[in-house]
Amino acid sequence: MKFPMTIAAIALAALMPAAEAAALQDSGDPLASARWADMQRTVLAGAPILFDPRVKVVAPVTAENPLQVPVTVDATGLGKVVEVIVFADFNPIVEVLRFYPDAAPAYLGFRLKLQQSTPVRAAVRTADGLWHVGGTWVNTVGGGCSAPTAGSASKDWQSRLNLVSGRQWSAGAQAGRVRLRIEHPMDTGLVAGIPAFHLETIEFHDAAGQRLMRLQTAEPVSENPVFTLQRGAVSGPVEASGRDNNGNTFSARIAP
Amino acid sequence: MKRCLISLLMLVAGVATAAEFDYGLRAQRIAGDVYAFIGKTEDFTPANGGNIVNTGFIVAPGGVIVIDSGPSRRYGEQMRQAIAAVSERAPVLVINTHLHPDHFLGNQAFAGVPLAALPATIEGIASQGNAFAENLFRLTGDWMKGTEVRVPQRALAAGTAEIAGRRLRLIALDGHTGADLAIYDVASGVLFAGDLAFFQRAPTTPHADVGRWLAALDQLAAITREAGFTALVPGHGPVTRDAAPLRQTRAWLTWLEGALRRSAGDGLDMNETLDRPLPSEFAALPVAANEYRRSVGHLFPAIEQEVLGAGR
Repeated sequence: MKFPMTIAAIALAALMPAAEAAALQDSGDPLASARWADMQRTVLAGAPILFDPRVKVVAPVTAENPLQVPVTVDATGLGKVVEVIVFADFNPIVEVLRFYPDAAPAYLGFRLKLQQSTPVRAAVRTADGLWHVGGTWVNTVGGGCSAPTAGSASKDWQSRLNLVSGRQWSAGAQAGRVRLRIEHPMDTGLVAGIPAFHLETIEFHDAAGQRLMRLQTAEPVSENPVFTLQRGAVSGPVEASGRDNNGNTFSARIAP
Repeated sequence: MKRCLISLLMLVAGVATAAEFDYGLRAQRIAGDVYAFIGKTEDFTPANGGNIVNTGFIVAPGGVIVIDSGPSRRYGEQMRQAIAAVSERAPVLVINTHLHPDHFLGNQAFAGVPLAALPATIEGIASQGNAFAENLFRLTGDWMKGTEVRVPQRALAAGTAEIAGRRLRLIALDGHTGADLAIYDVASGVLFAGDLAFFQRAPTTPHADVGRWLAALDQLAAITREAGFTALVPGHGPVTRDAAPLRQTRAWLTWLEGALRRSAGDGLDMNETLDRPLPSEFAALPVAANEYRRSVGHLFPAIEQEVLGAGR
């Protein structure tokens, strides 16, 4: 497995700026996590990977609130992206979400829950089948996955379940940006007496029916998730639709 | 094994150097019979043991009225000793201005003395006090040893009250938390503003309602314009003879709220908002960068929700 990887790395490096090429490596976790070998085996099924600085994972070094840790994944420097897996090595539920950019660029902002300090990573599969991995350490006091959600404690969450609000920005520095908030408790199942209850799939389409992006969301995504996408050129409304693991669905139109 | 031994030795050394756990409390005389203990303008650390808060006391004819009891049992005990060095009168009442742990975790040291607070503060300490205490253990370590929550039992009502022969104006406000008590000592003209006022230290916002807080600042500012006013003791930061802490707290909150609204309105997400530079007016304020980071976490989601729409 080692040999073809190195060839892939050399071929890629030839196409990249020198500084970025120097940071490419196919072994030796730059985040020095004791769990990396496990991650590669379980999350990526042992597939070949490259640690690639073009996979940008932005998160605070210290997360004040382990229930709402903001993460932005930007893999737009990689060309055509097929799939992105976001995971956190030391979370009790490692996988956070997957996204599949179609007409939209490989860019997603969201928030997640962390149980302890951990690397937060994105593994990005390009059309050639190679996984490009980037990430960052987030320090936190933790407890985010085993704390009861506000929703589970409030009386009216059921009437507000899957309510969607959102907005598109068609002018200014954030032109082409879509932000979406969905009311959902996103219960992890790790709190005694509260079963796992979370959004599973979300899709974004444009007015012509073309899919912009598909998301598979897991338990560690924060309560009342907020997603940030870049749709490139704005043309008409965005249709968002989704479903949770109990079969509750939503759909909403976000006008520009 | 060797590594274990070394860590053990380091642990022993660490305990030995901090063995005294001395907060070095010295009462600062504000006016006549009114004193305050002024904490550092820092974050909670194992070095300062949580002494980042101002507490105070009034030597009244009938005994000592204690205003807030500090972040730990040790602080409360040392505070009580420092009070005894000033007056031989016994403490007759401990007032907790609000539910944050640096203001009530010294209550234990005042066993037998009635503990008083606004009703919502009592409720908050009863329900969340232990979680706050655990958090302070994490942040400051062994300074907290032996600290347990003592919930105030006596509910205070707003208005002028005669306490231990002293006329106190109890001003029930909110905005920093759900219930913030300010205390105006009529005889001396000293205003204990609690954490509604921060000075030379960025304000904290974990339970803040900025709009309510600004309204509370208006009410406190009116008191500083009264003829008898002489001094303002903020919850954190140095004592002043004017309303400067109210102005600075207002300026910070107004900027913070406006900055977060602009950011959300411009379509920025939380990471991008965290990345925004502090204006030069605030950049040099102690712990400004840390408090801004925390405040984004506390306040941005609700502001963002407003910008994205109430739901459809």
